[in-house]
Amino acid sequence: MTAVDARQVQGSSAPAGVAGQPQGTGRSVVVGAMLLLLLAPFVPLVLASLAEGYFFPQVLPDRWSTRAWRIVLDPSGRTWSALVDTVTIGVAVMVLSLVVAIPAGRVLGTRRFRGKRVVELVLLTPVLVPAVAVAIGIHVVFLRLGLAGGIPGVVLAHLIPATPYVILLSAGVFANADLELEAQARSLGASWWRTRLHVTLPLVAPGLAVAALFGFLVSWGQYVLTLVIGGGRVVTLPILLFATASGGDASVTAATALFHSLPAVVLLVATTRVLGGQGFATFGGTR
Amino acid sequence: MTDIRLEGLTRRYGSVTALDGLTLDIGGGTVTALLGPSGCGKTTALKLVAGLLDPSGGQVLFDGHDVTDVPAERRGAVMVFQDHRLFPYLSAGDNVAFGLKMRGVPRRQRRREAEAVLERVGLDGLADRHPAELSGGQQQRVALARALILQPEVLLLDEPLANLDAHLREGMRELILDVQRERDLTTVVVTHDQEEAVVLSEDIALLFDGRLHQHGAPRTFFEHPATERTARFFGAANLVAGRRHGDRVHTPLGSLRVPDGTPGGPDVWLTVRPERLVVGDTPAADGQHVQGRVVSSAFLGTRTRATVEVAGVRLTVDVADDALADVGPGSLLTLGLPAEALWTVPREATAGPTPRAADELGPVAASADGTVTSPPDRRTQP
Repeated sequence: MTAVDARQVQGSSAPAGVAGQPQGTGRSVVVGAMLLLLLAPFVPLVLASLAEGYFFPQVLPDRWSTRAWRIVLDPSGRTWSALVDTVTIGVAVMVLSLVVAIPAGRVLGTRRFRGKRVVELVLLTPVLVPAVAVAIGIHVVFLRLGLAGGIPGVVLAHLIPATPYVILLSAGVFANADLELEAQARSLGASWWRTRLHVTLPLVAPGLAVAALFGFLVSWGQYVLTLVIGGGRVVTLPILLFATASGGDASVTAATALFHSLPAVVLLVATTRVLGGQGFATFGGTR
Repeated sequence: MTDIRLEGLTRRYGSVTALDGLTLDIGGGTVTALLGPSGCGKTTALKLVAGLLDPSGGQVLFDGHDVTDVPAERRGAVMVFQDHRLFPYLSAGDNVAFGLKMRGVPRRQRRREAEAVLERVGLDGLADRHPAELSGGQQQRVALARALILQPEVLLLDEPLANLDAHLREGMRELILDVQRERDLTTVVVTHDQEEAVVLSEDIALLFDGRLHQHGAPRTFFEHPATERTARFFGAANLVAGRRHGDRVHTPLGSLRVPDGTPGGPDVWLTVRPERLVVGDTPAADGQHVQGRVVSSAFLGTRTRATVEVAGVRLTVDVADDALADVGPGSLLTLGLPAEALWTVPREATAGPTPRAADELGPVAASADGTVTSPPDRRTQP
C-alpha cells in the first residue's frame, strides 16, 4: 500500500471531523486511547523493576526494592557502555541514511518517472524480508570483508532496514515542500548552493529531522542484525536486554527494558513537541 | 532599458512542444504582454527569458548579447510569480532583502533599503510581519518589492493581477506602471486575461498552441484582429458569415461596405464590436443600417447590452447611455453599421456551423488568401 492510500484509509476511519482530523471530544478520546495503548505496557515493567519477588497472581509486589536499578545504573556496569555503543551506532546510521535519503527522497517525492512504483517496492523489500534471513546472508559476506564483529559492520547492517524508512519519509517531506520557491530564489540572484542553504533547507529541515529520528530509532531497536553481525562483541542495549532476560532476573530485566525504551520515548515526544504537531503532517506520501 | 529579442525560442517537454519557435522583439523600457489561454506556452516563454528553464532550441538576447546560457541568478531579469512565492519562514522585510543578502550587502543596509522599497509599494511599517500575516494584495506587493530592490534590467511578471480582488487590481496596476516608468524597466507580463493585457501593456503578443499568433498594439486586437480566433479571444460577440465582393461583403444582414485592406479571401466573417453599432433612428454617417427586433436587454452597471435579431442573425449591442432604457423585447430597432466600424477575418469554408441565412449565399470556394501571416486555425469556442 502506498502512503497516499494509507492517508485515505486513515481519513475514512476517523471517528469525527473533516478530512481525517478528529475534532473536540472525539479527538481527546482518540488521543487518550492511543496514550493508554502506548503507556500501559510500561506499568507492569515499572512495578517489576521495583519489586523484590513479583509473582502471579499478585497485582502489586509484596516487597519493594531499588536493587535492580542499582545494578542497572551501576557506573561500572555494562549498561553505560551499551548505551554509548547504541547511541554511536544510531547516530552513524541516522547520518548515513540521511545522506542517501535526501537526494533519493527528493527525486521520489518530486519527479514522475517510469518504474517509480518498482523503485518504491524495491526500497520496501528490506522491511518485508525477515531480518534473520538478511542477517545470515550478509554475515557471510561481512566475514569475508572483515566487517563482522565490529561497530562499522553493525552500522552497515542497520542501514539496511533504516534507509528505506528514511527515504520514504523524506520523499513525503519533499513532496509537500514548496520547491517552487527555489526557482524564485534563483531569479532573485541566489546561486545553486545558496538556494539549497537559504531556501531548500529551511523548508525541509523539520520534516527531515523526523525522518532522521526514525532512522535512529530503527537502529536503536535492532536485535537480530546486531547479534549476528556483531557476533556478541558489539553489545548494544537490545543485546544486553536479551542477555539479561535469559539470565532470569525479572527485576533487572524490567529495569533494563525501561532504560532501553525511555530515551526513545523521550526523544519522540520532544520531537513532536518541537514540531508542534506539524512534523507528521508533512508526511503526505510520495506524489 | 534592455532590448529583448527572442529568436526561434522552443521548449519541448518529452513529446509535447510547449513553445514552438517564438520570435519576438521586446522594446527596451516597454511593457509587453504575453497573452493566451492556459497551456499556450506563455509562462514557459517567461521562464525561458528568466533563465529558469533551458530552451530546446532558439536564443534569448538582451541588448544583442546572447544570454541563453547565462544562469538565472546572473541574468539581471527578475521574475515575480503569480502565487507570490514569499519565503514563509522570513519576515516581509527579510523577503524583500533576500536578493541583497545573496549579493552580500551588509545587514543594516539591507534593512534600510528593504524598508524604503516597502514604503514605495505602500507597505511602510510592515517589514516585521510574516507572509501569513499579510493579505493577498500585500503579499503581491512584497513580491514586487523583492524584485524591485534588485534594480533589475528586466522585470518579468506572471499574472500579476490574477490573484487580486477587483478593488485591489487597479492599485496594483498603477503601482506596476508607475515603477516601470520611474525606472524605464523592460517589463514582460504574462496573462490569460485580455483585459489585463490591455490595461497593462503597450504591446501584446498573442500566443496559441505554443506559437505567436498576432503581435501588435492592444487596440489592433480589438479593432483589427487578424483571425477569427483572435477576434473571439478578444470577446468579439458579432461574427457574421459573409462573402466578399470587391469592397462589399454580402451577408444575411445585407450587402455591407467594409474598409479597404481587411483580411481574408472570398469567405470571411464580418465583425463589428458591440459598442461600435449605432443605435437610433438617426442613420450612421454613411447611411449603412439594418433593422432588427430586440430579443433581450440587460443593464450592466456602466452600459446596457442588448441582443437584437436581424434577418435571423443575433447581434450584440452595447450602449453607454440609456438609449435602450425604454426599448423592451420585441420592439424594433435601427442599427447603424458605419463602414469604419466593420472588419473582416478569414473564414474557412468547412469551419463549423454558419448562421442559417449564410447558406443562401451559395457554394463557397475554399481558398484563403495570404494576407494573414499566421496559419489558418480551427474554430474556437466563443
